[in-house]
Amino acid sequence: MFGFVLRRIGVAIPTILVIITVAFFMMRAAPGGPFDLERPMPEETRQVILANYGMDQPLWRQYVDYMGNLFQGDLGPSLKLRDKRVSEIIAEGFPVSATIGLFSMALAIGLGSLLGSIAALRQNTAGDFSIMTFAMVGISIPPFVMGPILALVFGLYLGLVPTGGLDPRLGMTPDRLVLPIITLALPQIAIIARLMRASMIEVIRSNYIRTARAKGLSAPAVIFKHALRSAVLPLVSYLGPASAAVLSGSLVIERVFQLPGIGKHFVDAALQRDYTVVMGVVIIYAALIILLNLLADLFYGVLNPKVKYES
Amino acid sequence: MSLISTPQEKTDLMETAAVRGRSLWDDALARLLRNRAAVTSMVVLAILVLLATIGQALWIHDYDTIYRDKVWIAPTLEDWHILGTDAQGRDMVARILVGLGVSLMVGVVATIVSLAIGVTWGATAGFVGGKIDQAMMRFVDILYSLPFIFFVIILMVVFGRNIVLIFVAIGAVEWLTMARIVRGQTLALKNMEFVEAAYAAGVSRFRTIQRHIIPNVLGPVVVYVTLMIPVVILAESFLSFLGLGVQEPLTSLGRLISAGAQDMEPAPWTLIGPAVTMMVTLFCLNFIGDGLRDAIDPKDR
Repeated sequence: MFGFVLRRIGVAIPTILVIITVAFFMMRAAPGGPFDLERPMPEETRQVILANYGMDQPLWRQYVDYMGNLFQGDLGPSLKLRDKRVSEIIAEGFPVSATIGLFSMALAIGLGSLLGSIAALRQNTAGDFSIMTFAMVGISIPPFVMGPILALVFGLYLGLVPTGGLDPRLGMTPDRLVLPIITLALPQIAIIARLMRASMIEVIRSNYIRTARAKGLSAPAVIFKHALRSAVLPLVSYLGPASAAVLSGSLVIERVFQLPGIGKHFVDAALQRDYTVVMGVVIIYAALIILLNLLADLFYGVLNPKVKYES
Repeated sequence: MSLISTPQEKTDLMETAAVRGRSLWDDALARLLRNRAAVTSMVVLAILVLLATIGQALWIHDYDTIYRDKVWIAPTLEDWHILGTDAQGRDMVARILVGLGVSLMVGVVATIVSLAIGVTWGATAGFVGGKIDQAMMRFVDILYSLPFIFFVIILMVVFGRNIVLIFVAIGAVEWLTMARIVRGQTLALKNMEFVEAAYAAGVSRFRTIQRHIIPNVLGPVVVYVTLMIPVVILAESFLSFLGLGVQEPLTSLGRLISAGAQDMEPAPWTLIGPAVTMMVTLFCLNFIGDGLRDAIDPKDR
């Protein structure tokens, strides 16, 4: 297992390097730059600013410098937000993004697997049918439709929760985070419920479950001790893609609910050619996704003794 | 609703199949037509496609005509603004029809792109096998774990909003699962007894591929393609919502929803119309996809 982790890290490092390199040169290939204003500035001023950020150097030189700084943990200054370093921007946004991301994942896994199992155990009943209809609604309504609708209904019409983002004086309060978390979690709840139902149905038809029943085990014992353990496997391998989906979903959620997370900065930064902020966000998200995938794979191995981390 | 067929039904079907010798596809079609949700969805989707193609031309308002004196008119029968007008005084029905057309087109074209890449990649890996197969699939694994949406966003920023680019970008992102499915099928089929039996019985290679390989790969591919179209439509509207999709005055459902979400306080109908259209479209596609899956591969039901 230790060797497996080492090998995966051995693949992950070049992967991240490739991501950084591709993102770096793609951003620089974009027409325009961070210092293009509506009014053209005097050439001398422009040169001074460029030199200030080391952008008067040839591109390969800038790349080498950027990578050099990166290895020392320095993501550079933001090119658009004065006096802000990229690490500061990320540090400010991270708690918000992480909170809604983690709670959404927890909600999705918990509720999704619960609903999926219930549907499977009550297969072809009204309960099963209504859960699957709910799941179909969940995957058919994208977060950017669900978000505004929930805000309209619960915020404006019913007045249950405040709308309009976080209150800067209070920080993250539950009443302002509940809608974003639900919106982000809904599609994942639906997908996980469908996955769980399919795999649970397959498992409870298998011979060893029949054996467990035949030897007189109670229904809960059969489900919790025998069925759940193998039924949960497809769900575990979905955790990697799920975390990627939640991370990219946060781009939209943070915009819909005006939350000051990391994702909100990304699109604006890309449009304004704030190279360093774009790079910083890409690096953080890529590292997170790769890490979460690795954890999901390890967890899968723990649950499924058939998997050997050989060679 | 017979969304879920009972196990009893299934065994009955298998028996009749054996007796009358119906083909795999006859069976699948019969099962599909018995699935009321799927059939209803097909009818609704056909109507939506007709509306998006012919309806646009027949509707009395144009999608880019601006009625300056009619900003944010609530749905009314007067002048046939039955879904109201938007912030610039354009008719919502016309805009939704155009948006629906663009979204459906993106869905189909981007799916074809990813189908082409995925099938080629997966079939090659499966047929060639060995080290090359391992390397190719490892590459897919690595791509799988990447935050692709970021690259698509950067791409859109770099090359500007260009509808062809949207097709290519989304198609290039969504081919991974297709490659895995096709590779798995090819690999499994290559060593199947019935393929070997066909060879042994002297069936020509071409006939074997045509009669045994293609129908068996086709099932999962058809199902996955149907389920991929809604995913692609979602991806496009995701980009549109972030302001990176098609350009004004052309529109897509995502773009309309994005605009509607901003105006939902003064003019909720600008959000509700496109949102409902999008939901209905995605519902239909997902129901058809699920129905096809159950029809072609009824094992899980």
